[in-house]
Amino acid sequence: MEAFLLQLTAGIATGGIYASVALAIVMIYQATHHVNFAQGEMATLSTFIALTMIQAGLPYWMAFAGTLVVSFVMGALVERLIMRPVQHAPILTHVGVYIGMLLIIGNLTGWVFGYTIQMFPSPFEGGRPMLGGLFSAHQLGSVAVTLAVLILVYLFFTKTSLGLAMRAAAYNPRSARLVGIRVDVMLALGWGLAAAIGSVAGMMVAPIVFLDPNMMLGILLYAFAGALLGGIDNPPGAVMGGFLVGILENLAGAYIVGTDLKLTVALVIIIGVLVLKPSGLFGRVVFTRV
Amino acid sequence: MLLEVKNLRAGYGPTQVLFGLDFAVAEGGVTALLGANGAGKTTTLRAVSGLIRPEGEVLLSGQRIAGLMTESIARLGVAHVPDGRGTFMELTVEENFRLGAYTRRDPDVAADFARMWEWFPRLKQRWRQQAGTLSGGEQQMLAIARALLLRPKLLLLDEPSFGLAPLIVRDIFAILRRIRAESGVGILLVEQNANLALDLADHAYLLETGRIVISGPAAEIRQDEAIRRSYLGY
Repeated sequence: MEAFLLQLTAGIATGGIYASVALAIVMIYQATHHVNFAQGEMATLSTFIALTMIQAGLPYWMAFAGTLVVSFVMGALVERLIMRPVQHAPILTHVGVYIGMLLIIGNLTGWVFGYTIQMFPSPFEGGRPMLGGLFSAHQLGSVAVTLAVLILVYLFFTKTSLGLAMRAAAYNPRSARLVGIRVDVMLALGWGLAAAIGSVAGMMVAPIVFLDPNMMLGILLYAFAGALLGGIDNPPGAVMGGFLVGILENLAGAYIVGTDLKLTVALVIIIGVLVLKPSGLFGRVVFTRV
Repeated sequence: MLLEVKNLRAGYGPTQVLFGLDFAVAEGGVTALLGANGAGKTTTLRAVSGLIRPEGEVLLSGQRIAGLMTESIARLGVAHVPDGRGTFMELTVEENFRLGAYTRRDPDVAADFARMWEWFPRLKQRWRQQAGTLSGGEQQMLAIARALLLRPKLLLLDEPSFGLAPLIVRDIFAILRRIRAESGVGILLVEQNANLALDLADHAYLLETGRIVISGPAAEIRQDEAIRRSYLGY
């Protein structure tokens, strides 16, 4: 029983990481209706930037805030400089560009920061294990951070007119322009926000898995499974999906398939969702009448 | 003049559709553009609102707007209800309203919401419903309300009767008449149903393959047997 609970809490903790990356994926999806395969690599790069700031002597939370800003600008620049020129190109062009970015950003990160595995500090360290030893301080802290990010994003999209405008620009760019929304600005903002959210995920996962240029490779797949499971057009659903995938992955790894086949769980979830319930568990089914 | 258009030329890629149009919409007036399918009516509206890039002059209250981006033209007070209506199907009626007033920072937005509910009571009943689930007539009403919430000087309407049952069309034109009387917005109306359009308009232009062939006060065009038979087909 004790072992089972430990697996469960570990699942919730890694699920929190998947949830943040899933949220970043959903952000881009909300803004562009595309899935950015390079989301994980962008997050890894952000984490290295955070590490550089910390090593330069900045206090953790200052480095955290600075990384959010740098990542936001980086995401917006990627949209401006790389995605903008191909915005009217067919979907396969976009897929090609995303894969290209995945390779280029990944290798750039390795080239600049090196391929050695590095320790990354946790802001929640020093605490003893909590809740009867089930959670480490970092696990609880990163889950809390994920939930806080989710709540902020949710409020932003539903309560602010800027968030509404971003959704409108994604659903129907022509109509959005007709009501005076600057669609290109909304796209850049969406990419910036997604990169910032991704950087949070990177900084939260790095203390657990250690930091190296390929840190996010597997995580992105789990996150994508989470986003699909929860509903790719639904930020709270994607976060739920991320947590569920984390728990499933840990339990399946411990009791059913073993650690070697854990990644398969993500693939099974992706295919299962696409076949059985393409809109996801919490996705909205959109009605159209003409 | 609210809108003055001189020698307007536009098209899609190598295909030219408009060959030098001159027309105008008076302050608070209704101008109708009539003509058969493919005459260039929809293209004309798109050229005015900047959805396609026109050549020639487009003056809104004397200010040149040809070549500006659509979102800038919208902010200057041109609200376009395009073909296909331009509502946000995935969002609720309420969210469509909020988007209509997106560029406005004045305190009258709430009062304008109330005015739209008065003109379109059905939309208030559907307030939290997804726009895609509305009936065709309700969607057209939502499209017009969405456009008016911009508080435009000029409203561009592309075939408000399209695809709707005759009774609903009558309702919508009754509301348009009311809007015209109560709001003072200028309207450029594109319509296949010439009878309805001439009823609402004070001035009309007849388009044929991208050129204006006849223009004049709506009442006169309505009376003219020859025009009616040869161009309007009723």
